[in-house]
Amino acid sequence: MTREFDFERPIVELEKRLHDLQTLSEDGQIDLSREIKAIADKIALMKAEIFKSLEPWQYAQVARHIDRPFTLDYVKILCGDSFVELHGDRYFGDDPAMVAGFGRIGPHAVAIIGHQKGHDTDENLFRNFGMPHPEGYRKAMRIMRLAERFKKPVVVFIDTPGAFPGIGAEERGQSEAIARNLADMSRLAVPILCFVIGEGGSGGALAVGIGDRVFMLEYSIYSVISAEGCAAILWKDASRAKDAARALRLRASDLLEFGIIDQILPEPLGGAHRDPAATAATIKAVILEHLAALLPLSPEELLARRYAKFRAMGRYKVQDDAETPAKN
Amino acid sequence: MGWLDRFTGGRKPPDPTDLWKKCPKCSEILLQKDLERNLFLCGKCDHHLRMPVWDRIALLTDDNSFLEIDQEMESVDPLGFVDSAPYPERLQKAIQATDSFEAVTCGEARLDGRPILLAVMNFEFMGGSMGSVVGEKVTRLLERGLDKRFPVICVSASGGARMQEGIFSLMQMAKTAAAIARLNAAAVPYISILTDPTTGGVSASFASLGDVNIAEPDALIGFAGPRVIEQTIRQKLPEGFQKAEFLLQHGMVDMVVHRRQLKATVGRLLQLWA
Repeated sequence: MTREFDFERPIVELEKRLHDLQTLSEDGQIDLSREIKAIADKIALMKAEIFKSLEPWQYAQVARHIDRPFTLDYVKILCGDSFVELHGDRYFGDDPAMVAGFGRIGPHAVAIIGHQKGHDTDENLFRNFGMPHPEGYRKAMRIMRLAERFKKPVVVFIDTPGAFPGIGAEERGQSEAIARNLADMSRLAVPILCFVIGEGGSGGALAVGIGDRVFMLEYSIYSVISAEGCAAILWKDASRAKDAARALRLRASDLLEFGIIDQILPEPLGGAHRDPAATAATIKAVILEHLAALLPLSPEELLARRYAKFRAMGRYKVQDDAETPAKN
Repeated sequence: MGWLDRFTGGRKPPDPTDLWKKCPKCSEILLQKDLERNLFLCGKCDHHLRMPVWDRIALLTDDNSFLEIDQEMESVDPLGFVDSAPYPERLQKAIQATDSFEAVTCGEARLDGRPILLAVMNFEFMGGSMGSVVGEKVTRLLERGLDKRFPVICVSASGGARMQEGIFSLMQMAKTAAAIARLNAAAVPYISILTDPTTGGVSASFASLGDVNIAEPDALIGFAGPRVIEQTIRQKLPEGFQKAEFLLQHGMVDMVVHRRQLKATVGRLLQLWA
């Protein structure tokens, strides 16, 4: 039984009635099939209706749902037993908020990198709620370097509230770790596919987000700052997060419109957690399609295109010219 | 209306509080004209106050050698962002208060006779925050460095990414870092000078990627701001945390250099690498 959202409550009421009717119908002699069908139809309709008109803030709630599939959930479905997890940055330690390793997806052996959240409190404490320290980013880079050496493409799952703000993280150079990944990923000579599967939290997300393709699941978000953080700074009131979420334009549809991501991957009705296998199948199909397009490219061509992709991001104007996107 | 009119039009008479400043370290009252003469160092405790852009340019370049580039590039409002005030209003205020279009000033200059490219950030312009324009100007400067094989020097002072430009701001980190990676591959020197304060998305992109990272004494440098960290971990931060000397101790900057020695230090490095 998955935990439901506030905005799903009307559905939950109906689902309860449906359940009651079904029990009644099984017990007794009365034929309730027509009533049952009517309610089931109504539920489907309401669900579609509710999820069609979600507010940006509600997207953030779906994106952060504790039952939502996380990196290792997808890895399990996509790679099965072929996944070998690797640990440690070779400098300081291992960061459970970031997982990395190699596995097989369809015909391809790939490196897999991803933020890792927990499905309950204990696991979340162990995973630090998916907020990496510098050693997490350095581990990710180490595995990407291995991928480059063995000419294997890289698949990245992005799902973090952000890089961890703490004393140890600062002492060990959180800024440098993130910045270094941005620079190094921009020149990693193998294809990189990035999937925002939940929260794309600022620099902590971008630090593994320099891909030849960047995809977002339908109900994932990607933002320069969390809605709460933005509200606390600009409105001086964290409870204005709803307004901040709207202002930040953090939904997949916004990012597609801005040309920041390549494609939105549809989720099952009600969110990825309602059917992880179906979501994983969507991701797998996209991986196979885009690796087929990227693997034939020469490293020079691949890197030139990757540079041009991020180079073009930004909106500004020059003197009295009309607003223009950046030119390459 | 041309851009120049927008600089000169509507200027208000000087505010009397512009005539003096209080040292944030020792609370000494410092006259503005003394500060200007003294490189914005406190006459009493030698604290490095924030230095205006053009004083910084004068500090680091040979006399009259600086030629500004991309000065006419202006921010737009891609998100239609409104918090307590619309973003375009905030921009106009910042433009009027700072006499510049954006939070970074870039140009070509000479240092000890050697051609260099220089970017200087302005914390007074919306907290030195990086939106599309800052990212674009810095990237163009780095690309010009690659093209001409001139060393690039970047003086940062920034609270981080500009929230009002949302995801576009975040992507400037990727853009600038990628341009630095190209400079590195071509062995063109890139020196980062970190001044008070350098945090967030600027610290986590081009400011931390210098072949040499130089910090000014006592400058606040970090990824997360101290208040955010305190609220997250619910404990007091140690004395000197995230200060330049702390970063030196933890291996994140190559040196902490007094403002009076800054130009000479950069000059010496460039000469050694020439």
